[in-house]
Order: sequence, then structure tokens, then C-alpha cells
Amino acid sequence: MKIKKYLLALLLCSSAFLMTGSLGAQDMPVEEMADAAEAVEPTVDEAALAAAMELALAPARAALAAGDPTAADYIAMVEAQGSGAYAFDFFTTSMLWTVIAAALVFIMHLGFATLESGLTQQKNAVNIMFKNVFIISIGLISYAVIGFNTHYPGDFNGWISFGSFIGDLSGPGMDTFDYGGVGLAMTAYGDFIFQAMFAATAATIVSGAVAERVKLGSFMIFATLLVAIAYPVVGSWHWGGGWLGSLEGGFYDFAGSSVVHAFGGFAALACVMLLGPRAGKYVDGKIKPILGHSMPLATIGVFLLFLGWFGFNGGSVLSANPAGIGLVFTTTALAAAGGALSSILISWVFLKKPDLSMALNGILAGLVGITAGADSMGPAAAMIVGAIAGVIVVFAIIFFDKIKIDDPVGAISVHGVCGIWGTLAVGIFGGGVFMTQLIGTLSVSAAAFIFSIIVFGILKVTIGIRVSPEEEAEGLDIGEHGQEAYPDFANSSR
Amino acid sequence: MKLVKAVIKPFKLEEVKEALADIGIEGMTVTEVKGFGRQKGHTEIYRGSEYTVDFLPKVMVEIVVDDADAEKTTEAIVKAAKTGKIGDGKVFIIPVESATRIRTDETGPEAL
Repeated sequence: MKIKKYLLALLLCSSAFLMTGSLGAQDMPVEEMADAAEAVEPTVDEAALAAAMELALAPARAALAAGDPTAADYIAMVEAQGSGAYAFDFFTTSMLWTVIAAALVFIMHLGFATLESGLTQQKNAVNIMFKNVFIISIGLISYAVIGFNTHYPGDFNGWISFGSFIGDLSGPGMDTFDYGGVGLAMTAYGDFIFQAMFAATAATIVSGAVAERVKLGSFMIFATLLVAIAYPVVGSWHWGGGWLGSLEGGFYDFAGSSVVHAFGGFAALACVMLLGPRAGKYVDGKIKPILGHSMPLATIGVFLLFLGWFGFNGGSVLSANPAGIGLVFTTTALAAAGGALSSILISWVFLKKPDLSMALNGILAGLVGITAGADSMGPAAAMIVGAIAGVIVVFAIIFFDKIKIDDPVGAISVHGVCGIWGTLAVGIFGGGVFMTQLIGTLSVSAAAFIFSIIVFGILKVTIGIRVSPEEEAEGLDIGEHGQEAYPDFANSSR
Repeated sequence: MKLVKAVIKPFKLEEVKEALADIGIEGMTVTEVKGFGRQKGHTEIYRGSEYTVDFLPKVMVEIVVDDADAEKTTEAIVKAAKTGKIGDGKVFIIPVESATRIRTDETGPEAL
């Protein structure tokens, strides 16, 4: 009860403070606001700030005087926030949302694992699961060792700055509102863990596209280099304050249609081109489908990804700003639904049947499509962006099959093609500059493609990237891992 | 003794089993099998590409009976498994040289 009173007092006080502080800044674009804040900073009235804090802490001090020992702990916690203490409630809520969002992004990796294994054969299910376990682990570790500081290097040349180990991210200025203010309302550790959950996504996208024939060791080396070096370097071009920001109007990719999804999709395209199709997929000029072994598992995966995407986009608001979170959740959900419905319609009309796997890809296409502009367009535009992504993904999947790019899960179409579409959509519906969006997304995609061609190409001519035809026929579960996914359970396709 | 071997539609297994029980058949062996006859397969679609499923799932029922019961058994199976549509399956009668009950060493019709 007591703590509620303190919080109420703090809330009232801080909202009054924020209102007076932001009156002059309304209707200003973000950059101007930042400039204004910088210009104003030297003249901040420290005495007024201290007075506001004393006012906020008055009920707690009264309780302390009345002999409540808990009040002392509370006062200490608020005072540790330093000059940002007036925003303690907003900061706490935002930080909580950030770690919840990080956990939701984590669940996306389970979604990828189940979707990939569902859309591939039973004899390779252990291999798929293994790759996903490895990717999330190496993603987190490499992001701590080099990725985070490469991704967000601070002042740098705009192209490449290799980072160092994250080190200790706690302490004054790192654990408080001062770390990022309203725009990045989290601690340094909160920032790290949210971004770290993203990092492995790019390699996971590749994993699905190269499934059922890639040599495990080569894939692990490639995935490590991709998430440790290529992803944070390319990401720094945009999110790290690199050269993409200096293009006309500033390149805009809210949660990563380009820097996460198109990046992963075009890395996947390069790998599939070097790897070649699965044996028996294209025979005598005809496409012979290789069926996934569990459509329920694939569906579970897509629903988990849908759930996780609320963290992926919603967390990218980078605070618990109510206006931002509400809009982003709405646009994310509507785009996914739009993608599902349009892909169902298109597959029904053009492929004769409403194909479940296409509807699943349609949901993901809508989600990838809205990721770049989830915070910069309204509900109607979000539905249109999602619906167009759902149409694009069906034709992209058919197109890649026609030109013998064998992608068992449709990762290149979903993440690569729809990632580009989503980034361009910001230039159409989200107030971005179309040419800037085009240059940005093509640069990111090309960088991923070229990096992958070189690294995977070197692996191809040295240790090899593909399992033997015998192992491919027998299944990678036995060949690479010596175990089966479902012993004594179901008929094998071997 | 005769081996009556029937390939039937899977969803007809329960009816066939009951029909056989009604005429006093006390044991049978059932296997899930795949195959095709004049019915051939059918076409399915996966991610935009059509493919033919040649081998359709069927159930094979095997019963060894006394010579005198073979005809009756066949009739019961045919009656129970019939839908009148293509793909109902077939019944074969094959001579059996000997039968031995492992538990008691009994041989011949007593072993059935």
C-alpha cells in the first residue's frame, strides 16, 4: 500500500514535470528535438531538478521519518537514478517492457526451429534442431564478445568499426535513465540483451534455406562469421549511426526489414546458389516437391514467430511510450493478417488449392513487410503492406522454384524479397524517401550476398559445404549426429 | 488349411474384424501396407507443385483357417469391406502346408 502511494506521487510529479518540459518541443521532428535538447542542456536548472526530486520523494521521506525502514531502500533506489530520477516510473516500465520484448524475440528462435523442421523431412529433424540450438548460443556469445560494440560503435567512420568485449555495463550512467533518455529508456544491459536476441536471426534464416544437405561443420563456421562480423557491421550502417543515415532524408528501417530480414534472406540466397538443390528436387526439368514432415509443427512455429514479433517490433520502440507501443502492435498484427489472407487468396486462385504452407509464409511475409515501417504508418497502410507482401511471397516462392533455387522453407522469399518490399513501403506509406530506401535496402542485401558468396565459397573449395549423396539420402540425423528424431515412432522416409 | 489374405480400405478394418468374429474366426494378423491396383493414385499439391501419390494406404488382414471355412471367411470379408467404389481391395486364398502352436507344440488344424 505504502509503495503505491509513493509511486502515485512520483507519477503525478513527473508527468507535470514532463509536460512543462515538453511544451516547447511539440510538433518538432526527432532530430530537431535532439538538437534543441543539446542546445538547452547547459542551461538545465539543477536546483529545479533537485526540487522536483525532493517533491517526488516527499511521501517516502515522511514514511522514513515515521519509522518505516522500507522507505529508505526506496529512496536509495530512486536517488541512484541521479538527475533522471523524476522519470523513474517511466524508466522502470520501459525497462520491464524491454526485457519482456527480449524474451519474446527469444521465443522466435523456437518458432524458427519448429517451422524449419516441420517443412523438412523427418530424417533431418535432429539436424535442424541442432543448428537452431547452436545459432542462438553462438549469436548471444558472439554479440557479447564483439557484436554489440561493432553494431553500436559510437563515433566511427560510418562503415566499419570492430568492437570489443562488452565488459561491465552497470554503474552510473549505464543503469539509469541517463543511458538513453526517453528514446532509449532502458539500462545498458537491457539494450544489450534485446539486441543480442536479434543477432542470431540472420543465421537462422540461412539455416532454413540450406536445410537437408548442408555439411554441419561448414554451416557452423559460416553462421558464426555471419552473426559475429557481417551482421553487426552492416547493422552499424543504419542503427549504429553509419553512412545510411547521411542519405537524403535518412534511411529508415524501424525494426529491421532490411538490416535483419533482407540481410538474412540474401545471405541465404548466396548459400543456396553455392550449395545447389536437394537431390531429387528437380528431375528432368520438372519440380518434384519434397514434402515437409509435419504441418502442425510448421504451424506452431509460425504462431510462435507471430507472438515473438510483438517483441521484435514492439520492443523496437525502445521504451514503453504508450503511443508507440499501441501503434506498433496494431500495425504488426494487421500486416500479418493481411499477408495471410492475400496469400490464401492467391494460392487458392493460382495454385487451385488453399495451401497451408503458403498461408504460413504469407503471415511471415506480412510481418517482415511491416517491420521497417511499423511505427510510421497507420492501420490501413499496414494492411495494404501486409497484403502486398502476401502476394509477393507466393509468386517469389514459385519463381525461385522455377529457376531451381531450392529453398525448403521459403526463407529467401519471406525474408529477402519481402524485406526489400517492407523497406520500400516506408518510402511509399511511411514518409520516407523512396530512393534512399531503395539504395539502403539494396546495399544491405548486396553486402549480405557478397559476404556470403565469399565466405561460403571459400568453405566450398576448402572443407566442402555439402554432405555426400549417400548421407543426404540416409538423412543428416544419422549422418551428422548418429541419432533419430523419432525412434520407434513413425515410418521413415528413408 | 488355407491362408486368407485380404487387402482392404483402412477404415473398413473394424467392420471386417466384427464380421469375422461373428462367423467364429478367433485370430488374425493385420499389417498397414501401401499399394495400388486399377484405382491408381491421386494428385496432391505442395507449395505450388503437383505430385502424384501412387501408393495409397491400405490394410492387409491375414487369417489361417480350416479348408472348409475358407469360402465362408472370404464371403464375410467381401461383404464387410465392400463400398462399391474403386479401391475396395482384393481377397486371396493360399494353401498352407503346416501350422504349429508354439506354446503347446500342437500342429495342424488344432493349432489354429
